[in-house]
Amino acid sequence: MDYRTVLTTCTYCGCGCNFYLEVLDGQVIDTIPCKTHPVNEGKLCIKGWNVHEFIQSPKRLTRPLVRKDGVLTETTWNEALDYTVSRLKAIKHDHGGESIAFLTSAKVTNEENYLLQKFARAAVGTNSVDHCARL
Amino acid sequence: MIEKVKERVSDLLRSGEIKGFLGLSNKHGNTGPHLFCAVEDLDTLVTGDWKETGDARYTLNKQLIHIARKYPHDVFGVLVRGCDERGLKVLYTWNQLNPEKVVPVGIACTQDLAQACECLEPYPDEFVAGEKAEGCAFDSVARLDALDVAGRFKAWTSEFSKCIKCYGCRDVCPMCFCNECSLEDDALVSSGGIPPEIPVFHLTRAIHMVGRCIDCGLCVEACPADIPLRTLYKKVADIVDDEFHYRPGRELYAKSPFNILMEPGTGS
Repeated sequence: MDYRTVLTTCTYCGCGCNFYLEVLDGQVIDTIPCKTHPVNEGKLCIKGWNVHEFIQSPKRLTRPLVRKDGVLTETTWNEALDYTVSRLKAIKHDHGGESIAFLTSAKVTNEENYLLQKFARAAVGTNSVDHCARL
Repeated sequence: MIEKVKERVSDLLRSGEIKGFLGLSNKHGNTGPHLFCAVEDLDTLVTGDWKETGDARYTLNKQLIHIARKYPHDVFGVLVRGCDERGLKVLYTWNQLNPEKVVPVGIACTQDLAQACECLEPYPDEFVAGEKAEGCAFDSVARLDALDVAGRFKAWTSEFSKCIKCYGCRDVCPMCFCNECSLEDDALVSSGGIPPEIPVFHLTRAIHMVGRCIDCGLCVEACPADIPLRTLYKKVADIVDDEFHYRPGRELYAKSPFNILMEPGTGS
């Protein structure tokens, strides 16, 4: 038997709530909000309470996908990134940078969000940047 | 206090009486639940006092259910206060845990904690550490009872309007073990809006807590909106005790009034 409570930080938004993930024999089975952590003091929102459900979900994407003939197909990072670069360049060339928008994530770090908006504004030339927490 | 607990747990682990002890550990700068399987790990064992006495209590009985469901033939120790022991008695009664597979290691709460909790019995039947504190009256209930009906309704409506419907009160509850939850039943609770319908959502849960709530107060500690849920459940418990002479966890294998009401042929 292998039972662990693993202290970690919620990935759902940038607040930084801490909880213990309850792991029994390698399976993440529950979320326990950390009562002594200064950010959330034992409280969580509805998303945080259900973190354990997505971690090992079979629906989770674990490989890059590119749509080929209308079907999302697993591929390598190199191919996915090459395709993205070529399409972004072509769209910018044909329609201008402002025809492109970026959707970033509350699940990544401040620094990564900073990088993305910098890339959008300085490299691509668009101010259209939004993120998933506006849902 | 903690040394006496460590001594007892150490004896239980050394003798092989228990496979592991579910307690609280200070690790990575925080206090949280931990399954102690070796005597040498007991250095980090604590009773859950962080900034104040008992402010880092966790739902250890809930975690025990998770482990016992997968390892029903093994015996585990668990750290219990008065409320946790009441919880064990109800969980035994509802067949969620097997009393032959659980070894409670009790601690008595301080008078300060008993007063903060307004706990009727702030100690388990047997405890290895702490001193028996006096039971405390439900002053919070008395304060609300002093208002007239309109005043009470206004006070609770105001509290319920703060709810962000995180379901934390249910998720943290060591007595919530149903496979299907009435708070997710479309007929009772509509989805997609906050606050949830006032007062249906919280009263649905309050009614559901009849025969279950052992007044541990973890719900109120988990509530991001500081809704005094514990006061609500205390009031419900008082009504049930007055009418049916039943309080969850007071006696082992006492039947909850819900069972009595559901027996066929007993009328209303």
